[in-house]
Amino acid sequence: MAIPALTARRARLNRLDTKGSPYLYVLPFFVLFGAFGLFPLIYTGYVSFNDWNLLDAGSHEWVGLANYRELVRDPYFWNALGNTLSIWVLSTVPQLLAALWIAHLLNHKLRARTSLRMGVLLPNITSIVAVTIVFTQLFGRDFGMVNWLLGVVGIGPIDWQADTWSSHLAISIIVAWRWTGYNALIYLASMQAVPHDLYEAAELDGASSAQQFWKITVPMLRPTIIFTAVISTIGGLQIIAEPLLFAGSSTPTGGSDRQFQTAALFMYEQGFREFRFGYASAIAWTLCLVIAVFAIANYLITRRIANDEE
Amino acid sequence: MTVLADPPSTRAETPAPQSRARRRGFGYPRRASVWTYAALLAVVAGSVFPLYWSLVVSSQTSDAVAQVPPVLIPGGHLFDNIARVFDSTDFAEALLNSFIVSGSVTISVVFFSTLAGFAFAKLRFRGRKVLLVVAIGTSVVPQQLGIIPLYLLMAELGWTDRLAAVIVPGLVTAFGVFFMTQYLGRAVPDELLEAGRIDGCSTFGLFWHVVLPAARPAAAVLGLFTFMQAWNDFFWPLVVLQDNATVQVALSSLASGYTTDYTLTLTGTLLATVPILVIFMVLGRQIVGGIMQGAIKG
Repeated sequence: MAIPALTARRARLNRLDTKGSPYLYVLPFFVLFGAFGLFPLIYTGYVSFNDWNLLDAGSHEWVGLANYRELVRDPYFWNALGNTLSIWVLSTVPQLLAALWIAHLLNHKLRARTSLRMGVLLPNITSIVAVTIVFTQLFGRDFGMVNWLLGVVGIGPIDWQADTWSSHLAISIIVAWRWTGYNALIYLASMQAVPHDLYEAAELDGASSAQQFWKITVPMLRPTIIFTAVISTIGGLQIIAEPLLFAGSSTPTGGSDRQFQTAALFMYEQGFREFRFGYASAIAWTLCLVIAVFAIANYLITRRIANDEE
Repeated sequence: MTVLADPPSTRAETPAPQSRARRRGFGYPRRASVWTYAALLAVVAGSVFPLYWSLVVSSQTSDAVAQVPPVLIPGGHLFDNIARVFDSTDFAEALLNSFIVSGSVTISVVFFSTLAGFAFAKLRFRGRKVLLVVAIGTSVVPQQLGIIPLYLLMAELGWTDRLAAVIVPGLVTAFGVFFMTQYLGRAVPDELLEAGRIDGCSTFGLFWHVVLPAARPAAAVLGLFTFMQAWNDFFWPLVVLQDNATVQVALSSLASGYTTDYTLTLTGTLLATVPILVIFMVLGRQIVGGIMQGAIKG
């Protein structure tokens, strides 16, 4: 008599196992993301409506939109936002163009194919800290190799940290150096998926290889190009470690006149140097909004282009 | 197109034999010219140079860094400088911390990503598609901007200056889940799982005896990615680990004194990069494959 009861129980357990297990298995990801990814980001909104000072034993007081009102009138914020956009454009545009060109080079029959690809990817596996430290030395005013090379062709020593344009250029080079190879491999993967007969037909029609590149390769890669543009936007607008370390000291002002302080770095300064958590949170949320606007704009462009092609 | 699931397909990149027989100019991809090689070698040289430069500086005495024209060949003082790094900061502790953080994060990410990937790729449940899209979508959330409440949370938990503050948020990643879902969808035949079920395996039994062994190649790649990422992570450790630095944080404080000793700093840079370089040398092919594979799917 005990046996049917046992099998019934077993069947119930079995059903519970097949129904419940999948949720249990995906749960850790969602719990972790919720607790340490989503919750902090949303809670940032609440903090931003408060006057919240860490030094004052975490005491806080609801101040409504006061932080945001201060923010839109804060010249340091607009300066940081301008620097962010400038560094983002300066690093992203040449980087994606160079990546396209390198991918094109790699898309040949090559000896030592894997070694060349690894060589191109090397900068991306090096840490931001290591990369920025080395480049900061190379961009040194007195003994840096960049200035030495420029000196050889008669361009006088540049104090790279001192000016807006030179610091933006140097930081953009650091960012681009680290990401160009990565994007090149992504483009290469898509290039290999382009049907070969397109090129063969173009060749029969007498198209030069430059024409083939611009008329076949680039259009076929368009979705990938936009994808990398969106990803670089989300990453590029959050740039913080490079300008922090490029200053050569641990001051998060981005140079003596804040000439290379990015928005994320301004957030860090207000939060963890001035201990104004409320104000820093207002910066964070505003920057989030800016990133969302740029990312959505990019997405809409993607969809538009995709529709045009149909 | 994956290096992992079916090695023969990587050979599709090299042209089929008959295209060689065609007229010159046909056959794709094209044969590389001398200029292509020259340009690629220049690009690779540019990629390698900063690291090579840190080797040059860290193997010279301190005055070499200020020489004009610059010294371009490594010298014999590498070990003196390494000793100096370990004397002047708690670099050994920082290295140990980084190994603990990166090691535990790697093991956990591989395990939980494989578990979730198994569910998404091979198990049927309500809301599977939606949850997968949400999981992948989370990777575009600018989490860096949530650091203030995250810091408050860690302070509340009493985790500031403790490695747990860096380890726990990274225990499973969207990329890992996506990567394993992709892989397991192809690598594990449904028939095998059904046979296991008929033999009376529980779901976790299937995971343990069938899925986990099958996932090994992808787990290795994911593990490497994760280890490198955790090793290189800087901003969050900087905020939350003031007095218990990981190697990147230690490196940044080495670099931000009032007068920077570049020989010391670049030796530190080299030391911090060597573990990553070793991994890259051994398994670079798989890492390149992993990135290109993600690109096609992504």
